[in-house]
Amino acid sequence: MLIEKTKKLTEINGVSGDEGAVREYIKSQISEYADQVFTDTMGNIIALKKGNSEKKVMLSAHMDEVGFIVSGITEKGYIEFKSVGGIDTRVIISKKVTIGKKRVKGIIGMKAIHLQKRAERESVPQLKELYIDIGASSKDEALKHVSLGDYIAFETTAEILGSDTLKAKAIDDRAGCAILMELMKKPVVYDTYFCFTTQEEVGLRGARICAHRIEPDIALVVESTTCSDVYGYEEHEYVTNMGGGAVVTFMDRTTIVENSFRKWLYDSAKNNSIPVQYKRTTAGGNDCGRIHLAKGGVRAASVSVPCRYLHSPCGLASITDINAVYKLAEMFLDKICEVI
Amino acid sequence: MELLKNLTQCDAPSGNETTVTELIKNVACEYADEIYTDTLGNLIVHKKGNGKKIMYAAHADEIGIVVTYIDKDGFLRFSDVGGLYTKKLFSRKVRFLNGVIGIIGSEKENDKNSMAKMYIDIGATSAEEAEKMVSVGDMAVFVGEYDKQGDRIISKALDNRCGCYVLLEALKRVKSDNDLYFCFTSQEEVGLRGARTCAYEIDADYAIAVDVTDVGDTPKCDKNACKLGEGAAIKVMDYSVICSREVREKLVSLAKENDVKYQMEVMTEGGTDAGVMLISRDGVLTGGISIPTRYIHSPCEMIDKKDLENCITLAVLFAENA
Repeated sequence: MLIEKTKKLTEINGVSGDEGAVREYIKSQISEYADQVFTDTMGNIIALKKGNSEKKVMLSAHMDEVGFIVSGITEKGYIEFKSVGGIDTRVIISKKVTIGKKRVKGIIGMKAIHLQKRAERESVPQLKELYIDIGASSKDEALKHVSLGDYIAFETTAEILGSDTLKAKAIDDRAGCAILMELMKKPVVYDTYFCFTTQEEVGLRGARICAHRIEPDIALVVESTTCSDVYGYEEHEYVTNMGGGAVVTFMDRTTIVENSFRKWLYDSAKNNSIPVQYKRTTAGGNDCGRIHLAKGGVRAASVSVPCRYLHSPCGLASITDINAVYKLAEMFLDKICEVI
Repeated sequence: MELLKNLTQCDAPSGNETTVTELIKNVACEYADEIYTDTLGNLIVHKKGNGKKIMYAAHADEIGIVVTYIDKDGFLRFSDVGGLYTKKLFSRKVRFLNGVIGIIGSEKENDKNSMAKMYIDIGATSAEEAEKMVSVGDMAVFVGEYDKQGDRIISKALDNRCGCYVLLEALKRVKSDNDLYFCFTSQEEVGLRGARTCAYEIDADYAIAVDVTDVGDTPKCDKNACKLGEGAAIKVMDYSVICSREVREKLVSLAKENDVKYQMEVMTEGGTDAGVMLISRDGVLTGGISIPTRYIHSPCEMIDKKDLENCITLAVLFAENA
């Protein structure tokens, strides 16, 4: 169920600021399990599941994904674009994308190898040298399908490779969204706010106002994170291992997680036979960075799914790891009295 | 100055401020009406009054490193906690919070610019042995003893234990009806984090950050008007803040009227807790009193005792006259 839901979610488009389709799908699935569902001014979904109201617990996963936005249309009908969120230009050339609500198909193009000078072949092209080809032959024709400001997402079919590997776009952080949706089916100890946040990829924006509104006593961010256990890297540069289990963060560029909280997560996972590993770098950041600084401060930590090729058209994640993150988040809710 | 020495020799990297805040609590308790620690680990020392609510902030944390990986031969890989100068890390001695000592090495002589190519040697010969001594996620700080030479003081973590010292001395000496909060903030070095939540909770009328500032009085260094021994530095601006004119002018006039030696501070790099206090809630009138410091973020930072005394006097004057 969890993996099917993750697959389904990754195939919906929801680039930062354009999370509407993801939001509608999630809302349609969770309403029967929530006591209250609310959408705020930034489009965050805040779903309350009632428990003992002495304490407030916040769970958060971001709905948005990295992508692009239409910034111009040339006389000949090519689409100029800018990136939304951090994307490596090297991974996008010749990739399939869809534009706007009508999901107009296009290809990210650049000059073919035959025409490139040697120096061009040896350097990384800049985003402004690339364009999207939707098969239009003029500006007028292109304008019938595409407008300035339309969002652009990768087009990737989610599928299972081998026995344990999910291939999809936007695993970051639809895996987290799917985990939260599944967790909502279970009873909770305290009033628990399941937050599906917006605009994480452009600066942790949605989560900030969510946490401000909720003022939780404790928060857990369910995320996807870098996994670099691949060809050409040394072990100390792996960050995480795919198949190595749920990832607990001790520190990144936005948060130093309270020692007792992250040790509780790590040790409890070990004691309950949930595969777990630390994130072994301090690079990157996530919604936790904003949540823990809300108002007078919030105890917050994050658990993540390791994901190879993050922020590209094709991420890979292990089903074992997605299940491990689910189990760890479930354990957090079940044993909340030990840590709150 | 025994107190300053003890403060600097506490090992308290960002997020692990307890050792130093415990020491501060023990000193402050007889002068305070209320002492508490908040979610982010800020220590708040409250001296109650009926007048203006004034928040003083000195960050309690120091820069350090955090272990990210332990290899099969017992060497540690690490990341920075706060602003480290990568080029200056090679062969530095660090101390973990449990006392384990490590030396920073680099794979090759010319790899000193990349933290990914550096490691920490704790003398272990295997992963198993190393894991008995430290764990992934553990933090360490520079080793840097406390020395006094004439008026000059040299130590690690003078940034910002000398600011904590100023707050503690001000707390002891101040006689005021204002409502005073002396805050020893957490996680300043990683992004002014503790002061942010602390300022939100306190909701002060005035805020003063007490921290170190750069100087421009060493051979052929970058231009900077601040000098060691030339008085308390009244902050005009730094990278995180342009101070409220009202506070800045009040500090200057108090210094003039009371013959407190002062100088003006414009720091082009680096921020302070003032940056987040200024924009807390509806905004807080914010200023800064800074201690001129050489070799900031090294194991041997240097300050002048006379500047420290001037900073204390100025902090007390503001508390009594704001």
